[in-house]
Amino acid sequence: MSYRSPDTETAGMEAAAGHGHADPAQAREAATLGLWTFLATEVLLFGGLFTAYVVYRIRYPRMFHEGHLKLDRVLGSVNTLILICSSLTVALGIVAIRRGKVRHLRRYLVLTILLAAGFLGIKVVEYSDKFAHGIHPGTDIFFSLYFMLTGLHGLHVIAGMVVLGAVAVLAGRGMFSEGYHTPVELSGLYWHFVDLVWIYLFPLLYLVG
Amino acid sequence: MREEAGGNRGYLEKKGFWSWAATHDHKRIGVMYLCTTLFFFLIGGIFALLLRIKLLYPGQEIFSAYVYNVLFTLHGSVMIFLFIIPAIPSGLGNFFIPLQLGARDVAFPRINLMSYWVFVAGILVILASLLRPMDTGWTFYTPLSAKTAADVTLLSFGIFLVGMSSILTGLNFIVTIHTMRAPGMSWHRMPLFLWSMYATSIIQVVATPVVGITFLLLAMERLFGIGFFDPTKGGDPILFQHFFWFYSHPVVYVMILPAMGIISEVIPVFSRKPIFGYKAIAYSSVAIALFGFFVWGHHMFVSGMSATAAIIFSLLTYSVAVPTAIKVFNWIATLYRGSITFEAPMLYALTFIFLFVVGGLTGMFLGALGTDVHLHDTYFIVAHFHYTMMGGTVMGLLSGLHFWFPKITGRRLSEKLARIGWALIFVGFNVTFFVQFILGFEGMPRRYAEYPDRFQSLNVVSTVGSWLLAVGILVMFWNFIRGLTRGSPAPANPWGGLTLDWATASPPSTENFEEIPTVSDWPYGYRKKEGGR
Repeated sequence: MSYRSPDTETAGMEAAAGHGHADPAQAREAATLGLWTFLATEVLLFGGLFTAYVVYRIRYPRMFHEGHLKLDRVLGSVNTLILICSSLTVALGIVAIRRGKVRHLRRYLVLTILLAAGFLGIKVVEYSDKFAHGIHPGTDIFFSLYFMLTGLHGLHVIAGMVVLGAVAVLAGRGMFSEGYHTPVELSGLYWHFVDLVWIYLFPLLYLVG
Repeated sequence: MREEAGGNRGYLEKKGFWSWAATHDHKRIGVMYLCTTLFFFLIGGIFALLLRIKLLYPGQEIFSAYVYNVLFTLHGSVMIFLFIIPAIPSGLGNFFIPLQLGARDVAFPRINLMSYWVFVAGILVILASLLRPMDTGWTFYTPLSAKTAADVTLLSFGIFLVGMSSILTGLNFIVTIHTMRAPGMSWHRMPLFLWSMYATSIIQVVATPVVGITFLLLAMERLFGIGFFDPTKGGDPILFQHFFWFYSHPVVYVMILPAMGIISEVIPVFSRKPIFGYKAIAYSSVAIALFGFFVWGHHMFVSGMSATAAIIFSLLTYSVAVPTAIKVFNWIATLYRGSITFEAPMLYALTFIFLFVVGGLTGMFLGALGTDVHLHDTYFIVAHFHYTMMGGTVMGLLSGLHFWFPKITGRRLSEKLARIGWALIFVGFNVTFFVQFILGFEGMPRRYAEYPDRFQSLNVVSTVGSWLLAVGILVMFWNFIRGLTRGSPAPANPWGGLTLDWATASPPSTENFEEIPTVSDWPYGYRKKEGGR
């Protein structure tokens, strides 16, 4: 990768219009590495909360048992299913654009965003049910953790929807093709991460007693 | 401004606010970072001088204990978050990473610009929090920080933003170093500054999110009373300390590693000798970054920790000394039988080695479980910290600033003024901080506005030293300003360096290089190039 002739470098510079990178392959490599690095920071961000979870679960096993009984396992399971489906639709979208099918891509992206909205809708139902029962952040450590973890995850879901929406708009403008679709792949990668966090949250909060 | 030496203004050619504020040029972004951080260096310095003036007297003369608390909190917070963490990586790093790599810019120029403005936004939020200023010390320990009337919530948000900027910069550098090296520049042909910046970036990316979530939790504690750090709700204040130091210990290596990188560049240039132990220095940077993540507990030996945990943390703490000592020994071996010249960058580099060794060795006292109990929270800590951070990082930064000033501005500094400034800083620094080791040993606690009368004479010495130091810093800044306007034009390579940043014009053009260079050797082959002595 480091062995390019100076000529291609300058040519690539002009092609990339001030974008620093010599050629599309290099730009793609950089963007992919950048996103993985970003995901590492996200893991560490959630890592703080997971650490707090471990500390307090060991200290207050009974509080965690009683707390988790108050969570709605059915809604939680439905939401898990919804997010897994949304990961599938994003993956199908990426498969579509690799074959150059822009319209299919857009359809899958819209479907993913709708699923994400469904997830958030159910989350709102759950939250308001908790508030109605007088449960809120600060009720006890378990529910503080519950609201912090699911709240932070919810913000990531919203961010993911914005990103996927932006990609869908760009796709509508014909920006992506068989040859160039790095942003689609990377936004998909981000969405899988958001999904994966929930895969951990669901058992930790709803199932572990 | 006069046009000289062919009228080459390079990347500085364009003028006007937007040519800077909206630039994607890593060099301009680096310069903006340098100006911002150096400004806060002076602000933090003013706080420090006020603190020292207060400490001339043992009682509550001059100003109250509350004002004193606010001042030392501001001094610490401003110096750490707005100066010492971003100054070398975001300032000099931004400017010189692409130049030394032989690249035209960083991997993500737009993210780079965004990172700067996120930093500025963070500064504005932090300034807004000054309406109800913070008085807990820069460490924000709970439960005080959860209960004080100061605007901790807003301040947390500001630091969150500054941290985000730090993450984006680190991410950008990691990707840049991975993907943008010039043809032929293998990892083992990279300048050592780049190795240290790479290690720094890894810490920034991995550790900073943790302080992000910590401050988020602190803000939530104040807003909703989530109780994580509140014993009355079953929470644990010690957990906050663990979270805080999990970030804040690795981050001291974010402060020191880039300075070590600068020293590794300056020493061989002014010794006219190949760097001794290139790989050892390179890998020790990465080792410091890795070990640095496992030693945070040594800040908490007296906070309440099991003996087993304390022994493990103490042992790991000592292990960090190994890669650090490897660097020092290799620098000294580089100096050995070199053709040393003592220009300002070299004076600062040698000062770094001298002061940093003092700072590092006194760290041994604090890493040892027995002595730490005696010395914890005394002026010994203050002295140790300033010997590593000011004697280390700041001296490295000043070395780098004097070293690269001609490259950044295209003009030369007055060597005479630089030496006067250096001498005052060196003497002033030692007078200020060495006596604090003694004060700490005698038991003077830190962070108190008052102290027993018997400590007064040494405190007066320290305060007078701080004035010397301040004069030295002013002379240095005067030299910078004078150099900017009246300095003689600098040649492309005033010091005879071999890294790629010296292979282009001073100041470099916007594109950095007319043609991307091809690298065929490491950048420290001094004897070979000059035919030996």
